[in-house]
Amino acid sequence: MAPISALAVGRRKHGAGGGESAGRRRTSFPVWRWVILLIAGVYFLLPLYAALRFAGIHAFGTVFVQPGFWPALWLSARLAIITTAITLALMVPTAVYVHLRLPGLRRLLEGITILPIVIPPVVLIVGVLQVSPGALKASPWLLGLEYVILGMPFAYRAIDAGLRSLDLKTLTEASSSLGAGWLTTLWRVLLPNLRTALLSATVLIVALVFGEFTMASLDLFVTFPVWIVLFDQLNANMSVAASIFALVVVWLLLMLIVVVGTRQARRTGGGQVNLFTAARTDTKGN
Amino acid sequence: MATNAADAATNDSGVAGIAGAAPARAARAGTSVSLRNLTRVFGKTRALDGMSLEIAPGELVALLGPSGCGKTTALRIVAGFETADHGEVLIEGKDVSPVPAAKRDMGMVFQSYSLFPNMNALDNVGFGLRMRRASGTRRRQRAGELLEMVGLSAQAKQFPHQLSGGQQQRVALARALAIEPRVLLLDEPLSALDAKVRLQLREQIRNLQQRLGTTTLFVTHDQEEALSMADRVGVMKNGKLEQIAAPSELYAKPATAFVAEFVGTMNRLPGDLNGGGTVTVLGTAVPVQDGAPESGPVDVLVRPEGLTLAPAPNGNGIVSNRTFLGASTRVTVLISGDTEIQVDVASTAAAAMVPGTAVQVALPPTPVLVAPRNT
Repeated sequence: MAPISALAVGRRKHGAGGGESAGRRRTSFPVWRWVILLIAGVYFLLPLYAALRFAGIHAFGTVFVQPGFWPALWLSARLAIITTAITLALMVPTAVYVHLRLPGLRRLLEGITILPIVIPPVVLIVGVLQVSPGALKASPWLLGLEYVILGMPFAYRAIDAGLRSLDLKTLTEASSSLGAGWLTTLWRVLLPNLRTALLSATVLIVALVFGEFTMASLDLFVTFPVWIVLFDQLNANMSVAASIFALVVVWLLLMLIVVVGTRQARRTGGGQVNLFTAARTDTKGN
Repeated sequence: MATNAADAATNDSGVAGIAGAAPARAARAGTSVSLRNLTRVFGKTRALDGMSLEIAPGELVALLGPSGCGKTTALRIVAGFETADHGEVLIEGKDVSPVPAAKRDMGMVFQSYSLFPNMNALDNVGFGLRMRRASGTRRRQRAGELLEMVGLSAQAKQFPHQLSGGQQQRVALARALAIEPRVLLLDEPLSALDAKVRLQLREQIRNLQQRLGTTTLFVTHDQEEALSMADRVGVMKNGKLEQIAAPSELYAKPATAFVAEFVGTMNRLPGDLNGGGTVTVLGTAVPVQDGAPESGPVDVLVRPEGLTLAPAPNGNGIVSNRTFLGASTRVTVLISGDTEIQVDVASTAAAAMVPGTAVQVALPPTPVLVAPRNT
């Protein structure tokens, strides 16, 4: 159900040399690799197959007209938009600023952003509900703000990887020597070169929002995952069909980022597109 | 030294004018730059220690020095990327310290490739004009002209990753010049390039700079680059200017031992001061340049071409090595058993000096520079 598990964590790649190793791999792809691939494939695909069997094909035709399906989906979509907007608006300038002006704080920021993973959501939500004003408790904005915290580890890492792949200092100095102010530099120079990183962050947040159950249910909002669990008690087939639907939506988003990222990379000479990277191959020599 | 920089600048503009750049230079008045008593401290290091420098309009001044001597810090303070703890930077007589980098109108070319990866060459060059709200047509036209000037018209639509390192730096130069900067700042722009490209680009930068008459500050650790391109070269050490002079003067009349040894090849010959302004070296007494101590053991600094060499059975040295350089040959000679010196000899004369030959090394009686004896 939680589509987050579908996201592969890519390792950062540097420069060229991939061609040679790819060639070597092609010529001597050992049998044990196929075995591992097969085991992993079975591990991931078997539950999907079982779920498909259980739901039955006809469930996919009627899941969209079930009571509460569209409101829940719409709420989750809105939350995804709110969360992404707030996260990027907060995280990009912060990460850029820390990279440029306070590189010594980078580790600290990394540590802080990982906290939401260490602290269980239940603990977080109980605290938030204690202190948040009543008006906010009734609005999905509260959940959006909580998701900003929850998505921080993923968003920060994606943006951080993107920033590391750029010569941030030189680019910003070049831009400012040509007369660009801070915002113009961010908008015209940095953001276009961080596109893949921003897309990665967005997909990770969307996946998170479409998979998060604890906070939403404790906040008493019927988001898509909450609806799936609630509906499961009425009609298990339908709810399984809905969760497969959620998986497909996130998978399509992933495809989108890879396609868009690859296109950008081809145009501007970027490297391999990977979910956690926006790494760019080193510029060729003279 | 730094204090008489302004006088030297006027002379040197004249020298450069003879080279054929005078008409272009007169067409657009350059900007004068003056660095006054700049001090910048990073933690315990004094990157700049009361550095002063005057750059005349249209002049190209190179700052030369080993890494950590403060040359880049000085350039970055002029650009507005660093602030000085003390001192001021005057552009046309006005203190620019409170002006942010974006509003200083200075074109800068960086050591590392600084083109915006998301823009093609034309858009990179046009970026500064866009910031100045030039119309799209004007921008493309001007950017096109500048790309033509650096010989890259054909690459206008290419993205930085499709360009070679040399091409990228040429686009960066065009981009810096597109805004018609008051001052052009070059921060080791050639150091990432290979030797052949570096040589070509060196000439191109110098030609463009002379044609446009843009006042230019050029930072480098490569003495050949500094000597071949600049009107005047400032040699820096420990955050201070040791000497600033025209390349020929810097080479021929170094003010200090540091400058003498940093610029070009320099031999150290053991000598003894006699008092009265002479030093005994290689058995003969020669006059000493001003500022030497009265007596005691010293090293006499002499260039390889400042010594003469002739085969002599009872000479004071033995040839240990030869390097053929074309018209001349650099001969390494061992004198007084343990001191190795290098002497440039016409290749025709060097033919007879195979390693092992006994030779007589002599010093013409021109004033020499001395330094405390190296131990």
